[in-house]
Amino acid sequence: MSGEPILRFEEVSKIYPLPAGDVVALDRVSLTVDPGEFIAVMGPSGSGKSTLLNMMGCLDVPTAGKIYLSGQEISQLNDDDLTRLRRDRIGFVFQQFNLIPLLSAVENVEFPLILTTDREESRRRAVEVMRAMNLNDALFTHRPGELSGGEQQRVAIARALVNDPDLLLCDEPTGNLDTKTGTAIMEILAEENREGKTVIMVTHDPNVAAYARRTIRIVDGRLA
Amino acid sequence: MFFSFAVRNLRRHWVRSGLSIIGIVIGVVAIASMGVMGNSINLLAANIITDVGDTVVITPHTAFGGTFAGDPRTVVDAAIPAREVEEIRRAANPHRTIPVLQGADEVEFGRGESGYAQIIGLAPDDIPILLEIAEGQHLRQNQGAALVGIHLAREYGIAPGSRIAIGGEDIRVAGVLAERGMGFDINPDYAIVVPEGWYESHFGAKDAYPLVIVRVGDVDEIDAVKDAVESRINRREEVVDVSDSREMLGQYEEIYDQITVFLLGIGGIALVIAAVNILNVMYISVTERIREIGVMRSIGALRREILRMFLYEAVILGLIGSVVGGVLSTAFGYLISVVAIEVATTGTTFGENFTVFDQNAVGFIVFGMAFGIGTSIAAGFYPAWRASQLAPVDAMRQK
Repeated sequence: MSGEPILRFEEVSKIYPLPAGDVVALDRVSLTVDPGEFIAVMGPSGSGKSTLLNMMGCLDVPTAGKIYLSGQEISQLNDDDLTRLRRDRIGFVFQQFNLIPLLSAVENVEFPLILTTDREESRRRAVEVMRAMNLNDALFTHRPGELSGGEQQRVAIARALVNDPDLLLCDEPTGNLDTKTGTAIMEILAEENREGKTVIMVTHDPNVAAYARRTIRIVDGRLA
Repeated sequence: MFFSFAVRNLRRHWVRSGLSIIGIVIGVVAIASMGVMGNSINLLAANIITDVGDTVVITPHTAFGGTFAGDPRTVVDAAIPAREVEEIRRAANPHRTIPVLQGADEVEFGRGESGYAQIIGLAPDDIPILLEIAEGQHLRQNQGAALVGIHLAREYGIAPGSRIAIGGEDIRVAGVLAERGMGFDINPDYAIVVPEGWYESHFGAKDAYPLVIVRVGDVDEIDAVKDAVESRINRREEVVDVSDSREMLGQYEEIYDQITVFLLGIGGIALVIAAVNILNVMYISVTERIREIGVMRSIGALRREILRMFLYEAVILGLIGSVVGGVLSTAFGYLISVVAIEVATTGTTFGENFTVFDQNAVGFIVFGMAFGIGTSIAAGFYPAWRASQLAPVDAMRQK
């Protein structure tokens, strides 16, 4: 696999059909991401940043073009295969944290693992990752609603990392956090990248983008 | 994991879950207790109506005949001459032919109580074949004694050894007949049975019988016996009507079956309403959790895992509702049946030692429960399927 890009987009387009006319969210985007990169995707709102990230995370399929994940073309895969890719190889961090309110913090973190691994091993791994996120053990059994924004985002990152993914995708990871908490979160992401994970994040904050080693700009669905 | 998920979600909305469980309980109780009730009615009817399926009843041919014995349209004062009874006896051989004399007279029961009652005259050796004795003894040949129907005996406190007077003529009571129920041949429960000889000397010999019963041992031979009698007696002209009670019994059974189906239908409607309620609850549950479903899908939950989670919810609701419903309907069904039996059998002995919980009743309860669980799953399936089919991005975009 040496030298093979972890992600490759070939003329990828995404068109949303709307009654008022088709909306072109992505327009023939081609790009390559190598393993270990730290990339910031920037652009004005509505430019197609999130669509791009969703495509990278196998959450959405392109209208046209091809996407390769470690050489594998994902449009060939069915829903179950795509789900397994998300589960085993990709970690997601959302702006809204998107924790499951019914589950405690530690249960949220172990969720992706428990789908494949036994309960004890999942719990052990979840606790390990949460401690690495500087989360206090006392918080583990709290429900997401009982946690602060920064704590919720650490739990969300722990959940994204628990399956040891190759690719960590973050959609405005600091968007709902104050500057200080945001900085702490970025330190965590930078550390993960130093340890070898490919990190791609969408942001409109230049200070956040400064952590990345490459910036992709996108305007009206095209790379600028 | 997904199971505990389902449990937690149901507990999070416990009022809503409780209400839908109540809905299922009502449905299951309705369907099961209606079934039990219908079954009790059936059992009761089968108990009250004497099974005379192995009996052929021959009556004089009436202008409006050939329906069934006891049809009010055939009640005419007519009789079959003894000569023809002998023909019947020959035709029906080897089956037992029992000519029956029937009349009415005023009966004094002692203590100044009296009233008209039906008097049935039978050959003493025919009596044990048709009737059973509850107390006392059967009549012996040439004995001037009577057997009293059980309801008559109870009403007037008559026991073996009592003396009654029929039309002023004194007669000793030899025994009390066992309860027989509504029959299509004779109804001795409210009558007095006397020997043929006594009957003829009391009422005067007419040498003719209003009713002839052929006791056919084997139900399968009934048609052969009927044909034999018909061809022998009715060869030149219609002299007698030959009928058996099977058709009549069949009609009764059909009516009772229809009642049962009708009652089950009412229960079914209740359960359909419960199912719509579950559908509604599941739909709300799915709708308000679309975002959550999207998140789960985006971090690796498969479609079938989402489907399973929501199905668990429906199954839990259905299971709790059905079990509670099953227990309640056992109680309700029993109560309703006991009351129904009490009302329907007042003044008879049929209600005694009568159980409503035979296999059928248990079957109806199990059926009700199974129906409840099945309906819940069916109602939960569509929303669950909908939830599982959502694309993760679309789901997360909600709210």
